[in-house]
Amino acid sequence: MQSNAALEYDYSVAKLFTYTTILFGFLGMLIGTLIAAQLAFPDLNYLLGEYGTFSRLRPLHTNIVIFGFTLSGVFATFYYSAQRVLKVSMAESKFIMFIGKLHFWLYFVGALIGVITLLLGYTQAKEYAQFEWPVDIAIVIVWVLWGVAMFALIGIRREKALYISMWYYIACFLGVAMLYLFNNMSVPTYFTSGGVGSIMHSVSMYSGTNDALVQWWYGHNAVAFGFTVPIVAMIYYFLPKESGQAVYSYKLSLLSFWGLMFVYLWAGSHHLLWSTVPDWMQTMGSVFSIVLILPSWGSAINMLLTMKGEWNQLTENPLIKFMVLASTFYMLSTLEGPIQAIKSVNAIAHFTDWIPGHVHDGVLGWVVFMIMAALFHMAPRMFKREIYSKKLLEAQFWLQTTAVVLYFTSMWIAGITQGMMWRAVDEYGNLMYSFIDTVTVLHPYYAIRALSGVMYLTGFLMFAYNMIKTMSSSRELTEEPQFRSPMA
Amino acid sequence: MDIRELQGYASFFMTILLVGVLYWYIIYLYRSEKKGEKDYEKLGNIALDDEIDSTPINTSDPVSDEKKERNK
Repeated sequence: MQSNAALEYDYSVAKLFTYTTILFGFLGMLIGTLIAAQLAFPDLNYLLGEYGTFSRLRPLHTNIVIFGFTLSGVFATFYYSAQRVLKVSMAESKFIMFIGKLHFWLYFVGALIGVITLLLGYTQAKEYAQFEWPVDIAIVIVWVLWGVAMFALIGIRREKALYISMWYYIACFLGVAMLYLFNNMSVPTYFTSGGVGSIMHSVSMYSGTNDALVQWWYGHNAVAFGFTVPIVAMIYYFLPKESGQAVYSYKLSLLSFWGLMFVYLWAGSHHLLWSTVPDWMQTMGSVFSIVLILPSWGSAINMLLTMKGEWNQLTENPLIKFMVLASTFYMLSTLEGPIQAIKSVNAIAHFTDWIPGHVHDGVLGWVVFMIMAALFHMAPRMFKREIYSKKLLEAQFWLQTTAVVLYFTSMWIAGITQGMMWRAVDEYGNLMYSFIDTVTVLHPYYAIRALSGVMYLTGFLMFAYNMIKTMSSSRELTEEPQFRSPMA
Repeated sequence: MDIRELQGYASFFMTILLVGVLYWYIIYLYRSEKKGEKDYEKLGNIALDDEIDSTPINTSDPVSDEKKERNK
């Protein structure tokens, strides 16, 4: 066996995914801001012909931020932290290095093809599952490669116990694999219509209510296993490491993990409340959504308690600020979601702007904050340079926090107003308002949302600039920082 | 017994079972630590002491540790 003396962790794959996290984050948020502005000012729909309309760009926004930005962030942090918690370097195995690099390049090419096909209008028309079958196949191959790299690393590990983050990454891998395959079972219309249809356009193998149920079993759990599980994996590693405090209760982390795994998969039918799916299934979705508060808060409280006795770090270290706020937003959105899943609340909330409001306090406040904090923590270790500017980091934090607050408050007000107006009836039982009445009332809130988008995007550009300067021209470090990330 | 009734019973007993499993797991976690079989909290240090050349924190499972000692 070779000597460990000169052995170092190999961050080449983590670096590649870091670059795509920044690239796709910018693209996804840029499109998001544009479509938010289109909702407030509809004339903006006509800037780029068919390619610039809301209906064409909205799936691009969601798919780029989910499969581009978030997954890149998940892969970057995985290839960084998995080596460290398993105490094994990718450089120790040529096979793992090859799989890791192949994973990245296939992912990158697949993502570009995905973006182009959506822009050209190829879509399965299922939310978060718009990619047509050739892109689906590419995604499956990329996913399997990730699994191979993951289990190969686990196979040669020195640290026999799997740290809690690894459990969450494994769950992300298995969960998405199962969900993605089942929801994307489809047949090209060419084969079902005697040659009249198209090879590039497919229809689901399920129909009607069954299709809706499979779709939202997938849709909700894409949030679970894409936006929750791997981000919890990140915070369980990066918050303790950055603060120098071991996780408050390891037992609680295990309990929350199994709780989350059992409960999450049953909650998806809350997307179909008041629809034609069986009533008992709707009730089950509501009940499991409420129960879901426990494992979600178990992790979030565990993170906040990890900072016990060290709260001074919150004022001194902007990265701790990002992570603590991420954890707090996780608590907010995992309380808000179950509230929306209560049938009587859902009667007002369903189909209104409160729903994107909920989604965005989760993703902007929790997912993006955590990924950015993780990449900032990784940068000095990967590039051996200190973080370029603490001041910029602080300014970005406050700008983006204000943006998130503006986003969800405006959407809360807009959503509840909308829900109430749709239901309002006069003394004879006639509806009091037409749809356009609600649009007129909601215009200011849509404008506030577009403004919050501009602010958040500006903050993301500050992040990108700070990262690029850290990689290229920041002061070099002579040794790796143990806990707190150094910054100028 | 029709399918709906069956679903009802299945759902009820499944819930009881899963709640039972959850409580059993909590008791298991605490009891195995009290008996000295496991030290879960030690595993939290894996994130802090994560240099490639640092000694693995490993499990505190005395049986597997003993085996490892013997195999050296």
